[in-house]
Amino acid sequence: MVLSLGSICLVCSALLGIANNVTAEPIAQATLAKINDKISYVVPSYDNNPSDNVTMVEVDGTEYKVYLASMSDKVVGYAIEVAPTGFGGPISMIVGFDAENGNIYNTAVISHSETPGLGDKIASNEQGSFRDQFIEMNPASNKLSVRKDGGDIDAITAATISSRAFTVGVSTAYKVYLTLIGNGDADVVSGASKK
Amino acid sequence: MEYILIIISAVFVNNILLSQFLGICPFLGVSKKVSTAVGMSAAVAFVMGMATCVTYLLQNYLLVPLEIEFLQTVSFILVIASLVQMVEIILKKISPSLYQALGIFLPLITTNCAVLGVALMVVQKQFSFGGAAHMLNLGQSVVFAVASAIGFGLAITLFAGIREQLELSKVPKVFKGVPIALIVAGIMAMAFMGFSGIV
Amino acid sequence: MTKLKILTKGIIKDNPTFALVLGMCPTLGTTTSAINGMGMGVATLFVLILSNMVVSAVARFIPDKVRIPSYIVIISAFVTIVQLLIQAYIPSLYDTLGLFIPLIVVNCIVLGRAEAFANKHNVIDSALDGIGIGLGFTLSLTVIGLVREILGSGSAFGWKFMEPYGMLIFVLAPGAFLVLGYLMVLFKKLTTKKA
Repeated sequence: MVLSLGSICLVCSALLGIANNVTAEPIAQATLAKINDKISYVVPSYDNNPSDNVTMVEVDGTEYKVYLASMSDKVVGYAIEVAPTGFGGPISMIVGFDAENGNIYNTAVISHSETPGLGDKIASNEQGSFRDQFIEMNPASNKLSVRKDGGDIDAITAATISSRAFTVGVSTAYKVYLTLIGNGDADVVSGASKK
Repeated sequence: MEYILIIISAVFVNNILLSQFLGICPFLGVSKKVSTAVGMSAAVAFVMGMATCVTYLLQNYLLVPLEIEFLQTVSFILVIASLVQMVEIILKKISPSLYQALGIFLPLITTNCAVLGVALMVVQKQFSFGGAAHMLNLGQSVVFAVASAIGFGLAITLFAGIREQLELSKVPKVFKGVPIALIVAGIMAMAFMGFSGIV
Repeated sequence: MTKLKILTKGIIKDNPTFALVLGMCPTLGTTTSAINGMGMGVATLFVLILSNMVVSAVARFIPDKVRIPSYIVIISAFVTIVQLLIQAYIPSLYDTLGLFIPLIVVNCIVLGRAEAFANKHNVIDSALDGIGIGLGFTLSLTVIGLVREILGSGSAFGWKFMEPYGMLIFVLAPGAFLVLGYLMVLFKKLTTKKA
């Protein structure tokens, strides 16, 4: 009795081990492709592999992942992953900064649990959508909070909380960016310090 | 403080039944009488709490260190099946009447998507109860599981109360039974949507 | 029962969703659009066919007492394989279906068919039964998903024909219950007329 159940478990585990080995590589590639896709969306053109140039920056006790994008060994952009708390759960997003002028190059949402039709407009890539206003924005001269809170960001109608959360994400990413370049980023690629 | 947020979120805001759709089969099957609904919920709460505790430890101290995470589904469901078997044996000894009342539904807790669902959620999803997104620790996971079960119990008991009334009302013939139950559930889900944004 | 009968009864007469009222959790949770519903249905179809065949083949060697746990282990092994394959080759579907893929294990349909049919019939018949029930399930999930998508997002199979969103409630939780309830009534009306 125990023998039959035990042998079934063994056979199944063995089968799963094989399946796991076969699919491990494609799964890793799929996950990589997904993040690379988002990174290429938020930073200027690059020729390296940002997933290989990752640095962790700590701000206010939380560690953030920063991907360095570079062209011909010169850093062109920083893609920073943040996860602010939205309306329905954490919003996993990525903010890209242009290394040349310190502006926000673009933003992207990786995953979210916001309300469909309302809060989920933060993930919309359409023309004139919420995230458009962040493109090429100078974070130093704009107040990164929604108009309701005295800032310069237009929130999505009837989705203030999601908009606020996303904006918090952007301002957190900016803090990370400042911390990174302020410390003189001993950047992995060119070995040159930016001080 | 975070524990209170976890409880409110699991019971009301993200009610396991009415907004996550886990545990529907027993929901439609057991909720005909309030007494069975309450008994069932208690059994589910117990199994869920214990199962989440064991599977959490299993995941973090066995599956991850040995890099055999692909055995997650198989091992988790085996843990749940064994726990249910254990509960059955214990219940038979301590309270034969409750054992009789629950009947077939006790072994069915094994296939209750809510139990496996919650066990998987705490080791896979990141939560953000009023703070940065993070994975729950053991204590928080168990509280989350029991709170989810309470949410399940709440929804099922409310539902049973409504169904007892429905039995006495004039329902069109084609709607009788499952269809009208689903429509009532839909309205209840709408009501629970009012809780969103609290946590 | 003829082979054709075994195959086709699962589609209408013994439709798992509308006639047998089984597998409700994924039915409500994954039908936010026609494609999602179809994806879930097909994944379940694969598990059904494979587990039915294996259970049918080994049923006589398994002692009665450990029957159910053994079936569960076999089913969970196939579910894990399907999960790994989807994660590796269709990552977008993996993201949308999320938790519901491993939950195929506790889908009452799969265990139910193993217990009610596969362990009493030969491998070919069990496979046909799996195909029939699986197709019926896929059909009902796709229909429910389509209705919810048309009413709730103004699109069908991803093709948007109405801007902006339709009645949002239908892609949210309550909509699932309501659409299923009303479609079940429709199904009952249509099938009792035929008889």
